[in-house]
Parts: sequence; C-alpha cells; structure tokens
Amino acid sequence: MSATMKVAVLKGGRSLERKVSLRSGAQVQDALLQLGHEVVAIDAGAELTPELLAARPDAVFVALHGRDGEDGTVQGLLEAIGAPYTGSGPAACMCCTDKVLAKHLMRGAGIPTPDFHFLREASIKELGAAAATGDIERRLGLPLVVKPAVGGSALGVKFARTSEELPGALVGAFSYDRTILIERYVKGRDLAVSILDGDGTDEPASRPVALPVVEAVPREEDFFDYESRYEIGMTTFVCPADLPPQTTARAQELALRVYELLGCHGVARVDLMLDDDSGELWVLETNVVPGLTETSLLPQAADAAGIGFEELVERILASAFTR
Amino acid sequence: METARQMERSTSGAGDGRGSRPAAHELARYEALFAARTRGMKSSAMREMMALTERPDVISLAGGLPDTSTFAPELYAKLMSDVASESTARALQYGPTEGMASTVRCIVEVMAAEGTAIDPSEVIVTTGGQQVIDLVCKTLIDPGDVIVAEAPTYPGAVPTFSAYQAEVEQIEIDGDGMPIDALESTLDRLQAEGRRPKFIYTIPNFQNPGGVTMSLARRRRLIEVARERELLVLEDNPYGLLRYEGEPLPTLYSLDAGAVGRGGASDLVIYLGTFSKILSPGLRLGWAVAPRPVLEKLNLGKQGADLCSSPVTQMFVSAYFKERGAQGQAGWREYVDRLRDLYRRRRDVMLEALTEHFGEEARWTEPQGGLFIWASLDQRIDTTDLLALARKQEGVAFVPGRAAYVDGRRGASSMRLNFAGVPDDDIREGVRRIGRAVREQVGLLGSFTGASSGAAAHGRPRDDQQPTDQPESPADASARLADVVELPRRGEAPSARRRQDR
Repeated sequence: MSATMKVAVLKGGRSLERKVSLRSGAQVQDALLQLGHEVVAIDAGAELTPELLAARPDAVFVALHGRDGEDGTVQGLLEAIGAPYTGSGPAACMCCTDKVLAKHLMRGAGIPTPDFHFLREASIKELGAAAATGDIERRLGLPLVVKPAVGGSALGVKFARTSEELPGALVGAFSYDRTILIERYVKGRDLAVSILDGDGTDEPASRPVALPVVEAVPREEDFFDYESRYEIGMTTFVCPADLPPQTTARAQELALRVYELLGCHGVARVDLMLDDDSGELWVLETNVVPGLTETSLLPQAADAAGIGFEELVERILASAFTR
Repeated sequence: METARQMERSTSGAGDGRGSRPAAHELARYEALFAARTRGMKSSAMREMMALTERPDVISLAGGLPDTSTFAPELYAKLMSDVASESTARALQYGPTEGMASTVRCIVEVMAAEGTAIDPSEVIVTTGGQQVIDLVCKTLIDPGDVIVAEAPTYPGAVPTFSAYQAEVEQIEIDGDGMPIDALESTLDRLQAEGRRPKFIYTIPNFQNPGGVTMSLARRRRLIEVARERELLVLEDNPYGLLRYEGEPLPTLYSLDAGAVGRGGASDLVIYLGTFSKILSPGLRLGWAVAPRPVLEKLNLGKQGADLCSSPVTQMFVSAYFKERGAQGQAGWREYVDRLRDLYRRRRDVMLEALTEHFGEEARWTEPQGGLFIWASLDQRIDTTDLLALARKQEGVAFVPGRAAYVDGRRGASSMRLNFAGVPDDDIREGVRRIGRAVREQVGLLGSFTGASSGAAAHGRPRDDQQPTDQPESPADASARLADVVELPRRGEAPSARRRQDR
C-alpha cells in the first residue's frame, strides 16, 4: 500500500448531508496527499461518471454521505465502470441505508433493536394505512421516534410525546422519504462503535475489529439533534466511553455481529443506545460511510485505538483491494 | 462542474505543506480555544438545506435578491472604465474609514430622496448594510445585553445578534408593523427583571420578512418611547425607495430630528441604508447615519473590522450618481423608477399565483413595497420539512419562517418568498410547485387526523371549487393580513389600494 496511487475522492453530492460530506472529503484529501497519493476530488453531480472515466483513478475513496453515496447507487456505478472503491458493496449499502430493512434483518437475527413499525406513503394513499397509526401507537407506546427510512442525518427525525403530536411527526418525516420508521423511544446514552477491517498484519488477514466505544453527550438539547451532531462544542464526545467492561465488550460484540450480518466491508459505524431503565443495549442503525470530519466519531475512536487519521484513511483505502 | 472544480481547488489546497490535520485527540484543544460566543454561532440544519437550493435546477424564491440583470451592461462597462482610467491610483488605494466624501454626497442624495436631511459628517460608509448591524452590536452589546426586535425579523440579523451573545426579545408585528403597546409592556417587563435593552431593531418599511410597513402613528410613538426610556433605535431601511403604492412615510430618523429641532440630526436613531437594493448588492456598500458619539465608536469598530470599504466600488457609485438618465433626470432615480415598475409587477404576479395555488388555509401579506411576501400555512405544517419536500420533489425553495425567529422555533408554519429577483414565469411556476407540496402535506395530515373532506385534504386548487369566492372584499384582505401576523390589525386594507394602482 505504500505505492503512490491516483485516488478519486467522491464527496458533496445532493443529499442533505452535502456539507458534512464536503468536510469529510476535504479531510480525506489532505490525508491522502500527506500519504503521497495523487488526489482527484469530485463533487458528485451530473458529471460524476464522465469525470471518473476521464480520470481513470487506481481507487475511489467514497466520502459521500446519505443518498447516492450510502444507498448503493454509487457503489453499483463504480462496479459498472470497474473502479476499485472503498467500503461496503451495493447490497450492504442498501441494507444499512434502509433503516426498516436493517431493523428487520437485525430482529430476525436476534440482535436487540427497539420495537418498530413502518409506513409507506403509497400504503397511506392507496391502502388506507393511516388507520393503523392508533394500533402502532398502542403497541409501541409513547413517546415515539419517527424517522425517514433513508437518510443518515437527524434532519427529519421527529419526536411525538403525545398522540396529538403524532400526525405532525409522521408528515414531517414523510417530507424526507416515502417510507418512514416509527420506533419506540429509548431513553439512554448514545453510543457508537466503529468497525474497521484488519490491516492484514494479524492472521487471518482483514478480520474486522471493533474500535473503542464513543459516547456522544449532548450539551444542551434534550435530544441528539442534527445541529449538535456535527458542531464542535455542541456535543461532548467521550472516547473510550466510561462504561463497565462487560458493557463495552457487549457493545463491541453486537456491533461486530451487525457488521457481519449486514455484509459490511472495510469500515462502518454502528449506533447504539444504552437503555437508562433496563441497562440493555439496543442497536439503532449502521452507517456504511461514517463521517470523517474533525468532530466525527470514527476518527476519534480510531485515535483512541492508536490509529492516527492518516493511517485510518490508508486502511479504509486498502479496503478497495480486499473485496 | 464549475463548483466541483472550485471545490477541488479550495479544499485540496489546504493539504499543501501545511502539515496533516490534527489527530482526533487534539480536537478537544480547538474547543478549549474557541471563544464562548462561538457556541451561539451554530450552523442550523435548515441553513445546510438552504445551501442545497443554490442549484440551477431549483427555482429559488429564497433569495434576498434584487434583479441586477436590469442594469445596462454598457453603463457598467463605461463606469468601470471611467473609474479605471481617471482614478487608477485612488481607486486602488486604501480609503478613509468613514468613506470617501464623493460617496457620502451620493448618500446625502439618497437620504434626501427618502425625505430625510442629514449632516454629511454623521455618515459612515460601510461594507454593505450588514456591516452596520455588526458594528452597532460591536459598539453596544455586551454578552447578555438585550436587543428588542420585531417578530419575525430579518433572518440575516439573527446570526449577528447571536455572535455578540445578545439576548433578543421579539415583538410580534401586525399589519402596521411593531405594536408599540406590546413594545412598552416588553420594556416594562425587562425593567422589572432588571434587564436593560440597548437598542430597538426595526425595519419600518416593507419589513423583511413580514412585508408590512410601520404606520405613521406608531413611528411617532416609537420615537417617544425611545426618548422616554433613553434607548437607541436601529432603523434598517434598505427598501424605502422601492415603494409600489401609497404615500412614503417619514423615516424614524427624520421624525426624531424634527422632534428635537437639531437642524436635521437625530440623537437616538441610528439609520442603516444601503446601495444593495437600489443599485447592486455586489458593490457591498451601505451606510449608517448616527449620533456623533455612536458614530465615533462605529468608526473605531470598522477600523478593526476592515479599515475601509472598497474605494473601487465607492468610486463606481460616485461616477454612477453623476449620470443623467434618458428622461433627463438623475440616472440613478430613473433606474429606481424602473426597478419599482418591474418589482410592482412581479409582486402582483406572485399575489395572483398565491391566490391560485395556495390553499384555503394559507394567508399572506400584501406588501406596498420591498422584496418579500410572508405567507403562513396550516399551522400543522412545518415549513422546514416542507422545504425538504419541495426542494427534492418539486425543485423549488423558499426561506422557512423559523429563520426569522431567534429561538428557531416560532414561525414554523410560515415562509418568506422573494418576488423581486425572480422572473414572472418562475414566480408563477415556483408558487405552483410550493402549492403542490403544501397540498400533498395537507392531504397526508388529513389522512392521519381523519379530516378527509374539503379542498385541503384532496388538494384541489382553490379556484376549482368556488368561483364566486372572488374578488375578495377589502375587509377580507384585512382579516387575512391580521391572521398572518397573529395580532389584530388596524388601518385600511392594502389590497384595495393595490387594485387602484394597477
């Protein structure tokens, strides 16, 4: 991996996480340059494919969050043009990005995830599915969290504390996606476990490892909202999280199981909640293109494991060649 | 792809020779170094979403833009070339902090057109009107000090107030602007709480974003209250000359100057003006007229901020103000007249489109001037979410109402629409698209709440169902305006005047 390569960094795009992606991409570019690689930065838009074809990179570093970058679209495209790329393949991307699908898979595999139901816009318009909301509320209990099925940022995530708040929350979430997830609210601590494929020095090579657990402690807001998520000073990150050893081990074990269950490759970040009431760990979702900004959780976790940012980038880059 | 290339230059450049980015454990260091005020300087999710609307395939009614395409290119070329050939050295040099005398003369002319006599020595030329807001805060605000503003208020002032850690009290406006009795009770409450406001921030003409104009009676009363309580007033008047109907009202500055008989100078109003809306925002030239002690501090503040505003654009303005127009009047006045005709028509196009495409539940202001209409929807609709839907599904953008509230929570079902900077067809199409997104959301809400009858739930455009509904009487329009800003409205209905003017 020491050879100089021409690496295309995909970033930006049209998702709501465009700005975060631009910041991730910029960080990655800097690191790649430091590592001696040649960098071609591409803001994913209408010219993405022609630019890639013109650049003919040795590898593509996917730093695109949200739609296109995380839902398998770009991965499928990269396979179509035969460009090696970092991170998970199309199938894992589709499973992780669709929270509803991921939760069904997790529940099927016995991995604890908060109880949920989902609604589609089409089923409301054509099948009268709105009549089911009363049952959903009764089964899951209040408060409820309503999320767009697809979308990595917390924009569009709504809380309904009462029955009256539910219609607004549903319609709000439907503004971002045609499928929404309605989930039991778990009050507790926000944890994230990043998984990184091995560097090949251990045997067997490339077995994924769980990095130290990060806890995100919101400063002021009741909830871990979009604003606080990406801004220095709005959230305090603790890494490694202050947890009993068996909780840490359990979180890491769960994250690794999810990573393998969903077929992730190279890198991923698994978000969990530590339930205040029961002490249970619940898996919420998996991000196949974790943020790589100054304040992102993956770089902090890697750092706590003694992996500097450049090494982290180099290891993610290596995943383009180990599929 | 231009953006992609720019992005590439600007971001990959950071890697050359400046060492690698800090390791994660070093990041806490930055946090320790950041000033406490940066806590308030957060980028909101809504703003991130707004950034996505700046794309060619999106019709944006979100801008605060005048239409600069109306400026004659030959004139622009001539003026720039005159500045270049006649004053190269001066134009390329630093200028005085307070601004060039020739530019101040233009400002005196604009103020005279606003019916306001000023002392040229009480003017400071600034880098856009925005800098006045910044400098006034820099001069007057300690952390925790109170600013009284209108609700909703200019979205661009909100981050400035936050950056200076001001506490902002917002007074809900109605069809006649800020109700002064509400202002007084707020001031009483603040006094009881031992908090002293430093200044009152108001946009009396065609308010941004509300579109309403403060009545003469309220202007007089505002000056009295400010005098009684020894408060300063920041009068933000970017659009005063862009009046499309009705008689111009005196500026707060001139009312106060008249009251104290100081020969033209006010001692409690800081006046903010700008060339952005009557000429060009790209010039980045505005000004403040302020009582001398305040002016001196503003000047010191500006020295620290940027030393001086660009002499190049200042000289452009003074060259421009010497031009005669085709009618033999001052060229700049004729240009403002043309802008007025253009914007009046666009306002009317938008009002018509709103009537056609926004549902029964929607209400909106009918501004007598300025650039904006403020529309309020069914209260259960959150316009931040609506923007996400409208942007993605319809390719249209607007400013969600929350942006105009410092707490970021109120105004959730309202939006600001710009008509001035958008061609007629785009106004019609943009409003039609928003209307479609609104109907979709209302329809969805209807299915969840069981309210399945009526136009709202089924999304029929309003003109399909009750043709006898129109034209509406002035009384209806008055009630509508009141609803928009949530307080009882006084005075007559602007829509009646609008029809006469057409």
